[in-house]
Amino acid sequence: MVLVLALGDLHIPHRAADLPPKFKSMLVPGKIQHIICTGNLCIKEVQDYLKTLCPDLHITRGEYDEETRYPETKMLTIGQFKLGLCHGHQVIPWGDLDSLAMLQRQLDVDILVTGHTHQFTAYKHEGGVVINPGSATGAYSSITYDVNPSFVLMDIDGLRVVVYVYELIDGEVKVDKIDFKKTATTTHSAH
Amino acid sequence: MIADGVEDEEKWLAAGIAGLQQNAFYMHRALDSNNLRDALKYSAQMLSELRTSRLSPHKYYELYMRAFDELRKLEVFFKEETRRGCSIVDLYELVQHAGNILPRLYLLCTVGSVYIKSKEAPAKDVLKDLVEMCRGIQHPVRGLFLRSYLAQVSRDKLPDIGSEYEGDADTVVDAVEFVLQNFTEMNKLWVRMQHQGAAREKEKREKERSELRDLVGKNLHVLSQIEGIDLDMYKDTVLPRVLEQVVNCKDEIAQYYLMDCIIQVFPDEYHLQTLDVLLGAFPQLQPTVDIKTVLSRLMERLSNYAASSADVLPEFLQVEAFAKLNNAIGKVIEAQPDMPILGVIILYSSLLTFTLHVHPDRLDYADQVLGACVKKLSGKGKLEGNKTTKQIVALLSAPLDKYDIVTALKLSNYPRVLEYLDTETNKVMATVIIQSIMKNKTRISTADRVEALFELIKGLIKDLDGAVLDEVDEDDFKEEQNSVARLIQLLHNDDPEEMFKIICTVRKHILGGGPKRLPFTVPSLVFSSLKLVRQLQGQEENPFGEEESTTPKKIFQLLNQTVETLSNIPAPELALQLYLQCAEAANDCDLEPVAYEFFTQAYILYEEEISDSRAQVTAIHLIIGTLQRMHVFGVENRDTLTHKATGYSAKLLKKPDQCRAVYACSHLFWVDDQDNVKDGERVLLCLKRALRIANAAQQTSNAARGNTGSVTLFVEILNKYLYFFEKGNPHINVAAIQSLVELVTTEMHSETSALDPAANAFFASTLRYIEFQKQKGGAVGEKYEPIKA
Repeated sequence: MVLVLALGDLHIPHRAADLPPKFKSMLVPGKIQHIICTGNLCIKEVQDYLKTLCPDLHITRGEYDEETRYPETKMLTIGQFKLGLCHGHQVIPWGDLDSLAMLQRQLDVDILVTGHTHQFTAYKHEGGVVINPGSATGAYSSITYDVNPSFVLMDIDGLRVVVYVYELIDGEVKVDKIDFKKTATTTHSAH
Repeated sequence: MIADGVEDEEKWLAAGIAGLQQNAFYMHRALDSNNLRDALKYSAQMLSELRTSRLSPHKYYELYMRAFDELRKLEVFFKEETRRGCSIVDLYELVQHAGNILPRLYLLCTVGSVYIKSKEAPAKDVLKDLVEMCRGIQHPVRGLFLRSYLAQVSRDKLPDIGSEYEGDADTVVDAVEFVLQNFTEMNKLWVRMQHQGAAREKEKREKERSELRDLVGKNLHVLSQIEGIDLDMYKDTVLPRVLEQVVNCKDEIAQYYLMDCIIQVFPDEYHLQTLDVLLGAFPQLQPTVDIKTVLSRLMERLSNYAASSADVLPEFLQVEAFAKLNNAIGKVIEAQPDMPILGVIILYSSLLTFTLHVHPDRLDYADQVLGACVKKLSGKGKLEGNKTTKQIVALLSAPLDKYDIVTALKLSNYPRVLEYLDTETNKVMATVIIQSIMKNKTRISTADRVEALFELIKGLIKDLDGAVLDEVDEDDFKEEQNSVARLIQLLHNDDPEEMFKIICTVRKHILGGGPKRLPFTVPSLVFSSLKLVRQLQGQEENPFGEEESTTPKKIFQLLNQTVETLSNIPAPELALQLYLQCAEAANDCDLEPVAYEFFTQAYILYEEEISDSRAQVTAIHLIIGTLQRMHVFGVENRDTLTHKATGYSAKLLKKPDQCRAVYACSHLFWVDDQDNVKDGERVLLCLKRALRIANAAQQTSNAARGNTGSVTLFVEILNKYLYFFEKGNPHINVAAIQSLVELVTTEMHSETSALDPAANAFFASTLRYIEFQKQKGGAVGEKYEPIKA
């Protein structure tokens, strides 16, 4: 059982002052093995805070990030799964699932995590899963109205991943979960 | 020289101890053989060692302790003697025959102890006799130790209430009288030490005095333990007598120590009830006494007392503690015009803490204290000095701990105190204030309060006079400005009119911040404004509304002027991003000209200010992504903007970037939810252009590196073909797709292409996708059927 926290688009300090207190009390150091962050933190203080939760922190660059040297995309393997990370402002049309699926094919990953729209989505297609953890602070978005703060926790166990989404709705944290199973890894030849 | 002195002292002490032990030995022998005469003789000789003048108090104490231990044994012997028939009165007489007065008095006290225990005479008579007899020793060190001995042996024999020594003739009044007298005499001796000896030895003397002070203070401790002393007796007898001695001795060291002793030793309720008398003593003390420290400690004790239980608070009100303390402080400050400002602040800090604990609901009291501070500070210019500024920060932070910032803003003197801080301290306070708001999640919801708040924190908002910005550490500066940016997010009111006022107020303040601060603060304000726009969007436009009411249009005007300030700094990338955000918001409000203007501004920035390649790529993505979502533009405007965007895309520096941007532009001609934007031909043109660029990239690579590079770009374009094919673009047919598939396959096998496993995997998954679509069946499956992988 490997726990991966996926979050992003916090937009601190330009659009939000801080993470919601209910989220902060849930995110405790030492419980999570990896953190993947879609970007738009935006300041170093947020990166430092995430580092205290878990030292294995992966971040891709959002257009408002203070640190310009985060990569545009990142790939990592956790257990049997290949994960891809990208902020998503580079994939046009923004939020378009078919275009995101194309990126997934390009990166050749089972799970693609992107952000930018501040809208939680989990989309399964034949090539894998596309997840958007939304905005952890519920920050303003030109794309999505009425953003609820949300983040995603993935529990990777063998060939199965359970995706838990935590959303703050009217002051209460609501949890939902989605199951994904991948078929055994097969090698693919190009010919 | 000094070393010699110490060495000598050690020698004398050793000699004294030796003498003492030798006589003690003989004394013991006499005790063992019940030889009273000899016991008295040797004990007197033993005690003679205490007659020395050569020892410092520290060393004298060592000698004294040994004598003390021996005298305990002697006391036991005396007790047994009386049981054997010796009269205690006779014994009392007998010891007075000792040759020298000091041994005589030690023996007398020892016998006296037994006398009192025997109850043959009232305790008070014996005690009175002893305390008076001790007057025989006027040498300070010897006298202090002697009287200390008297205090020690009499401790458990005082005729206190409930003690066995209480009787008709013996009451607690007598006990008090005895202790007070001993105390008075001891203090006199102690003070006398100050005036002995050479002037140059003053420091040494004062150190020795300090070593002895607890001997004097012990008496007050004993008084505090006497159960029979109630509030009335304390008020009528104990305190006045003690204070009389303290004031009259006119000695700085004694006064400071004893005032503090009184405060620490007696109960807080007593202090409350005698506040007048206690405070009245302060102005009578020597001007060099550190009154502020003593007063502060008194207020601290009373603050803690108030905090300990709510039941005691009415008492404070009843005795009008605040008024009395306030007056007392005022008098002290008046009496000491040369008191350094640090002292004044410490006093008022303690008083403020007291006020906050005891009268939390009386904002006017707290304001009064701050006002008194301001009065004292006026005319002094800005405060300097580490300790002073630290103390002022403590003073100003205290109300923030107790109240939230909104309440603290009501203290009219609060900002006035801030005026006297230097720039650095101003910033420190501003940070404290912001942290308090964030910790308490205080909502600041009116423009007036925002105005007052920003006045308070102006040290962070702009350069104050004399500030030198270059000296600020860059990380600290970022942290400060980010905290201001976060603060802006907390300023909110649901009423749009008030919210707009708040936004205007904030804008007014931050625009004075200068080019270094704007990139931090402006984005925060912009998004705050965009949130308001969205809120107004939801509301119906009221045709009967007032001219002056807030509308999205008004806000956009403000936004235009605000983002403009960034372009001048320069911060063009940030400004471009913000213009595009505003454009999207204007789009949602159906304000075509406003949206077009924002786009124009963004494009101008792109053309004129953004030259870094990476920045250009990001900017293009944002431009295309935003433009793709616009529905408010008419055909002409849309065409102009699209044409420009494709132009920029084709002119990016690196060919792969060009290629990707151009095929992204294809989406500008085909928007799913806008039927009038489905120009299949223009889409295909874009994709073909992208193909040409990909080809050119191959040729460039071949020329430069000897291989045609990766096929990735072709695979990407293939995917885009599939995307539009699926959407039903009539201009994209199976043949086109097929030839692309073949192209990629050929390229991958070609010798001139670079080996790229990622590209291979990409192509493979694309082919799998095609297969999958075929297998879906239905309309989709039919579409894909003819494609051969």
